[in-house]
Amino acid sequence: MLSNLGNILLFANVILSFSIIYNANKSLKTSSNVINKNIFQLSLIQSTLIIICFFTLIAAFIISDFSLVTVYQNSHSLKPLFYKIAGTWGNHEGSLLLWAIILTIFSFLFLIYNKDHPKKFRLLTLIVQNTLILGFLFFILFNSNPFSSLSPVPSEGLGLNPILQDPALAIHPPLLYVGFVGSSIYFSAAIASLISNYTEKSFSYSIKNWILISWCFQTLGILVGSIWAYYELGWGGFWFWDPVENASLLPWFAMTALFHSLIVFEKRNIFYFWVIILCLITFILSVTGTFLVRSGILNSVHTFASDPSRGLYILLFLSLMIFGSIFLLFKKYKNEDYKLNQNSKETFILINNWFMMFYLITVLLGTIYPIFTDALTDNKISVGPPFYNTIILPVVIIFLLFMAIGPKVKWIKNKFKDIKIYFYILLASCGLNFLIIFFFKSYSVLSNLILISAIFLILSSLIDLTNAIKKNKFDLARIISHASFGFLVLFIGLNNIFTIEKDYNIKLGETKKFENYSIKLQNLELKNFKNYQAVIGELEIKNVNLNRTNILKPEIRIYDNPRTLTYEASIKTSISKDYYLTMSNIDRSDYYNIKFQKKPLMMWIWVSVIMIVFGGFLRIFINAKHN
Amino acid sequence: MQNIIKIIIFLIFFFIISVFYISLTRETNYDTSNLINKKITEFKVINADETGFYTRDDLKKNDFTLINFWASWCAPCKVEHPILMRLSKSKKLKILGVNFKDKDKQAKKFLSDLGNPYDFLAKDINGKQSVSLGIYGIPESILINNELLIMQKFVGPLSLDDYNKIEELIK
Repeated sequence: MLSNLGNILLFANVILSFSIIYNANKSLKTSSNVINKNIFQLSLIQSTLIIICFFTLIAAFIISDFSLVTVYQNSHSLKPLFYKIAGTWGNHEGSLLLWAIILTIFSFLFLIYNKDHPKKFRLLTLIVQNTLILGFLFFILFNSNPFSSLSPVPSEGLGLNPILQDPALAIHPPLLYVGFVGSSIYFSAAIASLISNYTEKSFSYSIKNWILISWCFQTLGILVGSIWAYYELGWGGFWFWDPVENASLLPWFAMTALFHSLIVFEKRNIFYFWVIILCLITFILSVTGTFLVRSGILNSVHTFASDPSRGLYILLFLSLMIFGSIFLLFKKYKNEDYKLNQNSKETFILINNWFMMFYLITVLLGTIYPIFTDALTDNKISVGPPFYNTIILPVVIIFLLFMAIGPKVKWIKNKFKDIKIYFYILLASCGLNFLIIFFFKSYSVLSNLILISAIFLILSSLIDLTNAIKKNKFDLARIISHASFGFLVLFIGLNNIFTIEKDYNIKLGETKKFENYSIKLQNLELKNFKNYQAVIGELEIKNVNLNRTNILKPEIRIYDNPRTLTYEASIKTSISKDYYLTMSNIDRSDYYNIKFQKKPLMMWIWVSVIMIVFGGFLRIFINAKHN
Repeated sequence: MQNIIKIIIFLIFFFIISVFYISLTRETNYDTSNLINKKITEFKVINADETGFYTRDDLKKNDFTLINFWASWCAPCKVEHPILMRLSKSKKLKILGVNFKDKDKQAKKFLSDLGNPYDFLAKDINGKQSVSLGIYGIPESILINNELLIMQKFVGPLSLDDYNKIEELIK
């Protein structure tokens, strides 16, 4: 029953998309300046139906309707309700439906919120966006239909992948998707702007907030994914430079470059084509990321049964998008003649963009290079953290310095009056850095430079803040985001430098000592849970100097179905540090291998990212108030 | 000049898309054809009862050796087991089983339940030796001759076709 309902709703959406395109096209030819009312209505119905369609799928997951293949493969009647619902978008088919929803809702919202812009531009955006929607609807209907039915109906579902049953991972995909798919709307707008020659700076108002919204969600999505990796994957890191992670980082660089260069376009009416190119690149990268993750070409070693038709469809879609955009761009491209003063805000923002492009190209190369060598030379290589660290880290130093100075530079022409103050700030940063070394320990030259530049950015932002408060005219959103980025780099740096890691084989009752800590394995307990058994260790971590103790309880879990062993880290978070402990058994012995890590300032890394996003939301709020 | 840039940009994208397409249509299992006719240079695995090692010299004594990597916890290993039993009847071919990351008790039970096709039985408790032999996942099997040249490598469970191929190769 739900299967039929879902399919009908999907078909209805296809028809609605076609009729929106048809009506918009018809309305383009009329001379009146208002958009026909029925287009709004169709668009509203379209959004409503696709939401109902999604709720139909959620309902199927909640009532465990195993007549749907997707539900059968990805759910289980014993799953907690929360994970049944989260399971809706935790699989390929459901996540594509989520794509379609975001495409549709953004299409509707863009239509109703941009009344001040030319009719032709709005209608063309609607047409392009609906073409994208159609592309995805066809993919869903004919290749990855979440409503495919199964007969006879199985009595129980298959999926109960323990590692995915996690609150962070449940909200991770929707956040990331709003970012990924949200970029579609300014892709469509860019195409529409090219076709309709809408090159005035007012074009920037139509896309500004959409870029910020998608950027904020993308950042949050990446954050939640990192937090999940930190406490679930059990080695204490939160970023692997893994191709799937990189796929989410690539559009992020493009978005960040985009909303910075948009400031210039808005102010000075230059960089139009660069803005357009970035709009196009962002969504193209999002789709490329989806292609890389979904087609299975990245994790080739153990995929015995991946479905090549899926990848083929996305690739076809991607090629049409890329070549369509290139064709249009080449046709409309005019050389922009702008003379930039070296000391101007424009130049500094352009520098920001070059940095972003540098990061983007580095990560892109690292991600697709192994695919290339594999396809062309049969050589399997993998590009790991050393590549990214050596290339990106030194550049971050200069980037941070520019990030501190850039916002203070004036438009068009600038005289560096207050160069002295930067000198003092730099001196203070070095001083603070050496204080850290003096009180704690020394570290590499590169780390020194990174910390100094991070502190430099933080201090300049704080001085901006005090100055701004005095003049009562401040750009709070920017100051918060920039300062928080400085804090983020600082905390990651300090965390890397001061992490203590110890590895021991330990027996029940035994105590190990290092520095001013002692670890004792006090107790081992075997417990039976619903779908797994667990060996729970109880370890006492004692700080001898402060006479403070913490009890950590790492687990070894043995799941029944499928039979898998997982190691659950035990983490004690406090304001200044995290204790991170994992335990694994050693075959045929009474010893357990424990890995203890003391990771300072962990919490503040997450807080910094949240503050960066807060700055973004604040900007959206201020923009909305101004309009 | 501008046209040249346009063409280059177009070609770059075309190239990227083509490579994506090639990777998509390629066999996603890794290709083992380049291993064939290579010599095994290092080989030393401990035998199952931990009384000695099997080395290159032991392999040289046999006309043909099939090195099979298996474990009791590996379901596809059960699938290929009947094929191994059939192969074990061949006089020219010796089968060396490498028990991969397994428990002794369970491995023994596996063989007593399903039959023991192995002429030699070795084990690799932490999986290190197997990985150095280029094993990605199990089951995998390597067919070598008395000169220690790799004649064929089989990824995944042996099928009836693989059986015929082996019979053909050792004729």
